[in-house]
Amino acid sequence: MNLGSATYVRRHLTDRVVRSLCVLGTIVALVPLFSVLWYVLVRGIGGINLDFFTELPKPVGESGGGMGNAVLGTLKLVGLAGLFGIPPGVLAGIYLAEFGHSKFARAVRFAADVMSGVPSITVGLFVYSLVVVTTKHFSALAGGFALAILMLPMVTRTTEELLKLVPESLREAALGLGVPKWRATLRIMLRTALPGIAVGIMLSVARVAGETAPLLFTAFNNRFWSTGVNEPTASLSVNIYTNAVSPYEDWHRQAWAAALVLLMTVLVLNVSARFLVRTRVRAR
Amino acid sequence: MFFARRALLVLAAGAAFACNKPAPAEDKSGAGATAAPVPSQAAPIMLNGAGATFPNPLYSKWNAEYAKAFPNVKINYQSIGSGGGIRQIIAGTVDFGASDAPMKEDESKQAPGKLLHIPTTIGAVVISYSVPEVTQALKLSPEVLADIYLGKIKKWNDPKIAADNQGAKLPAKDISVAYRTDGSGTTNIFTDYLSAVSPEWKDKVGAGKSVKWPVGLGAKGNEGVTAAFKTTPYTIGYIERAYATQNKLPMVELKNKSGKFIAPTTAAMSAAADGVEMPPELYVSLVNSAGETAYPITGYTYLLVYADAKDNAKGEAIAKYLWWALHDGQQYSEALDYAPLPAKVVTQVEARLKELTAGGKKLL
Amino acid sequence: MTVRSDVSLVRPRSKLQLMLGREANFGDLAFRRITALFAGSVIVLLLWMAWEMGLASRLSLAHFGLGFITSTDWDPVRDQYGGLPFVYGTVVSSLVALVIAVPISLGIAIYLSELAHPKLRGPMGFLVELLAAVPSVVYGLWGIFALAPWLRESVEPLLAKTLGFLPLFQGPQHGFGMLAGGIILAIMITPTVSSVSREVLRAVPAALREGAIGLGATRWEVVRVAVLPYAKSGLVGAIILGLGRALGETMAITMVIGNRSEIAASLFAPSYTMASVIANEFTEATGQLYLAALAEVGLLLFGVTVALNVFARLLVWRVGKMPEGGQL
Repeated sequence: MNLGSATYVRRHLTDRVVRSLCVLGTIVALVPLFSVLWYVLVRGIGGINLDFFTELPKPVGESGGGMGNAVLGTLKLVGLAGLFGIPPGVLAGIYLAEFGHSKFARAVRFAADVMSGVPSITVGLFVYSLVVVTTKHFSALAGGFALAILMLPMVTRTTEELLKLVPESLREAALGLGVPKWRATLRIMLRTALPGIAVGIMLSVARVAGETAPLLFTAFNNRFWSTGVNEPTASLSVNIYTNAVSPYEDWHRQAWAAALVLLMTVLVLNVSARFLVRTRVRAR
Repeated sequence: MFFARRALLVLAAGAAFACNKPAPAEDKSGAGATAAPVPSQAAPIMLNGAGATFPNPLYSKWNAEYAKAFPNVKINYQSIGSGGGIRQIIAGTVDFGASDAPMKEDESKQAPGKLLHIPTTIGAVVISYSVPEVTQALKLSPEVLADIYLGKIKKWNDPKIAADNQGAKLPAKDISVAYRTDGSGTTNIFTDYLSAVSPEWKDKVGAGKSVKWPVGLGAKGNEGVTAAFKTTPYTIGYIERAYATQNKLPMVELKNKSGKFIAPTTAAMSAAADGVEMPPELYVSLVNSAGETAYPITGYTYLLVYADAKDNAKGEAIAKYLWWALHDGQQYSEALDYAPLPAKVVTQVEARLKELTAGGKKLL
Repeated sequence: MTVRSDVSLVRPRSKLQLMLGREANFGDLAFRRITALFAGSVIVLLLWMAWEMGLASRLSLAHFGLGFITSTDWDPVRDQYGGLPFVYGTVVSSLVALVIAVPISLGIAIYLSELAHPKLRGPMGFLVELLAAVPSVVYGLWGIFALAPWLRESVEPLLAKTLGFLPLFQGPQHGFGMLAGGIILAIMITPTVSSVSREVLRAVPAALREGAIGLGATRWEVVRVAVLPYAKSGLVGAIILGLGRALGETMAITMVIGNRSEIAASLFAPSYTMASVIANEFTEATGQLYLAALAEVGLLLFGVTVALNVFARLLVWRVGKMPEGGQL
C-alpha cells in the first residue's frame, strides 16, 4: 500500500472530516439539552422535598403543599398506557416484520406512520368522545387509553424495524433444530431485538409521560387523591401546565419541581427497563 | 417466559404501591339530605367543575376554605377554558361549569336542562407595557388604545399619546403590540371594550374570545404576554390584573366614560359594577361603564349550574356551596386581585339560588 | 406435463390442511392470526379517528367546501375560516426541523454506534434519550426565555447580515417566528431520530463491518459502504417517525412561533401551525361552525400527514432498492 498516494490521503481526510462532523453534531445536540436540563434543575430543585410527594396542592397564598397525587397519577396513567399500548404495538410490529409483504401489511405500516403525526390533542378529543361522553365522567382509564394510542405507532414501527434487522441465520438455525416458526420468532428473533425495542418503548413512554393536551379531556385533573382507575386523575404534566401559566411565583416553583420529578421518573423507568431487558444476548 | 416474569414483578410492585394510597374514601352517590343549610355529615361527596382560567386562583382558594369548613364535600375545579366548561356542563361530565363570557343562544339550547348563570366575582383586564423611559403610570385614552391595536399609531412618542402624558419622556421607538392567541375570556372583555369605544374596531375586527388581530405578535396565555414584557422592550399588551400585580408590571390608567383617568384598583372595579344594572338573567357586560371612578375594562365571571339538578345530594351540595361563595367567599376576593360582588347583586343572586331545585323539590 | 409453480403437486388431504394454509401447525396459524389482528387494529384506529374528525367537521365542510384550503382568512368573530396559513406553517416548520435535525441525528447515531469510546456510549446515548423526556410545555418555556431572546439578539442579525439577500432571511426580527419554531421542533425530534437510528445501526451484523475493515476501509467508509445500505430502511423509518412527531407537536411550538396566521417567505416572520391553532382555540371555542372549522383543521392535518408520508415513500423508492436488512 502506497501510504503517500493521493487517493489514500483523500480517503483519510474524508474520514477525519466526517468523523469531526459527527462529533460536532453530537455536541450541537447536547447544548440545548444541557441548557434545558440546567433550566429545569435550577428552578425545580428548590421545590423538591418530602412534602412534594406526600401532600396535596395548596391554594395560592399558603406555602407548602405538594403534588403527591400527581406523581401517583402519572405513574398510574403511564402504567395503563403501557398496558394498553405495548402488547398490541409489539404484536403488530412482529406481524409487519414476519408477514410484511402483503398489501395489508403495507397499509398497516402506512397507517402507523400517519398515526404518529396526529396531534395529541386530536387523540385526546377522540378518546373523549368515545369514552368520557359515554361513561359521563373523566377517568384514568380514558387517559391511559389516549396515551396508549399515542404510543402505538412508535412501538409498532420500532419493533418492526429492529426485528427485521436480526440476521436470518438465527432463525434458520432454530428452524433447523425443529423449533416451530412462531416459537423461533418469539424466543429467538424477538429476544435478540429486545434491547433495541426497549429503547423505542422507553422513548414513547418518556414522550407520553410529558403529554398534557390529551389528558385535559380524558383524565381531567384532580385536586385530591384518586382511588382506582375510574376517576379524574391528577398528573404531573397537566399540573406543570396549569401552574406554569398562573401568575404566582409559588405555583411556578411547583411547576418546575414537577418538571424535575417528571424527568426523574422517566429516568427511573428507563433504568428499570434496561434492567428487565438484560438478556443473554451481548449488546454491542 | 424470562422477560415476562420480570415484567410481571415490576408491574405488581407498581400496582401494590398504587393501591396502597391512604386516600380518603369518597363516594359519588350521596345519600339523604337535611333541611338545614349544613351539608349532611353522612356521605362524602365530590363535585367536579370545569371552565374559565380567569377566576381559577379564587376558586382554588374557595375550594380549600370550603373543604376546611365542610370536610365531607370535595370540590375539584379545573381550568380548561370557558368553552370547555360550557361543553362539559352540557355533556353532563361535570357538575358545574364556569365561564367569563355568558353563553350564547344556541349553546343554551343544546343543554338538556335550563342552565343558570351565577355571577361569582369581578375581575379586570389591565393594559401593561415595557418602556424603560416611562417611570410614572402611563395614561391612555380609549381612542388612542384602539388606534394602537389597529396599527394606526405606530410609535411611542406619537403626539396623541404625548397629549395625555404631559411631562413623560416618550421614546421614538416602534410600539410592539402583543395580543393573546389562545381563545380567552380576557380577550373577550378587552375586545368588547375596544368595540364599545371605537366604531372602527367594531367594524373591522369585532369582539370575541378569538379575533383576527390587525397587527402585533401573538403570545400564548397571560403568561405569554407577561413573558413578552420581560423579554421584548417597547411592548404593549393586555393581561389579567393578577399577572400585573404579581409580576410588578406597570398598569395604564385608562380614561373612562366620565373622562377621568382611572387606575385598576378594587374600588374602581366595584364602581364599574355599581354603575350597571344587573338584569334578571344575571349576566351583563361591565365594560366602559358610567361612573366617576369606574375602571372601564371590568367584567363578571359566572358559574353555570342546572336549574333543576338530577342528583339530589349533588344538587344540594352545589346549592350550599354557591350560597357560601356568595357570602363567605367574597372576603377572599380582594387579596387575589378580584372585587367582591355589590350588595344589590348579592340580593338578586340569593333570590335565584333559592329557586334551585332537584327533581322539582327546592334545595335551599 | 407442464409443471406449474403456483399449484401444489400434493392434493390437500383434509379440511384441516386447507385451513392451515401455508402454515405448518396450529401454533403458527394462531400466531399469524393474532398478530394480524393487532396489526389490523392500527388501521382500524386510524380510520376511526379520521371518521370521527370527518363527522365533527361536516358543518364546516358543507359551508366552505374546497375554499377552506385556499382561503387565508381566519376570523372567528365573523365565522369566516380558511386553513391555508396553517398548512403552510405546519409544512414549513416541519421541513425546517427535518433539515436541521436529520443530519445532526444521523451524526449522533453514527458517532454513538461507531466512533465513540465504548465507555462513553452508554451515558451519552442516555443523555440524548433524556431529551425526549422533557415535557413539551417545558420546552416551550425554555424557548420563550432562552431560545427566542438568543435568536433575536445573536442569530437573526447574523443571518440577516450574511444571507440577507435571500428572502428567507429578511424582515423584522422578533426572535419568535418560524425559525424558532423549526429549531425547537428539531430539538424535540432529535432524540427519536437519533436513538432509533442508533439502534438500527447497532443491529447491523459485525460480519459486515469486519468484512469492510478487512478490505482496508477507513471508519467512515465502513459506515458508508457496509453499514448504511443495510440499515437504509430502518433509518428511513426513524426519519419518518421524527417527521410524524414534528407534524403533531403542539405546546412547545405554539409558545415560540408567534401565532400569526399569515404566509410570509421569511423565516423570521411569525407563523401558525395546524396543531397550534387547534390547541389554542379549541378549549374556548363555542359555536357550531367554529368547532367544526377547528375539526376540519385537524382533518386537514391528517391529509397533510398522509401526503408527506406518500412523498417520503416515493422519494425512498426512487433512490433505489438496496439489499434489505436480514439477508445474511
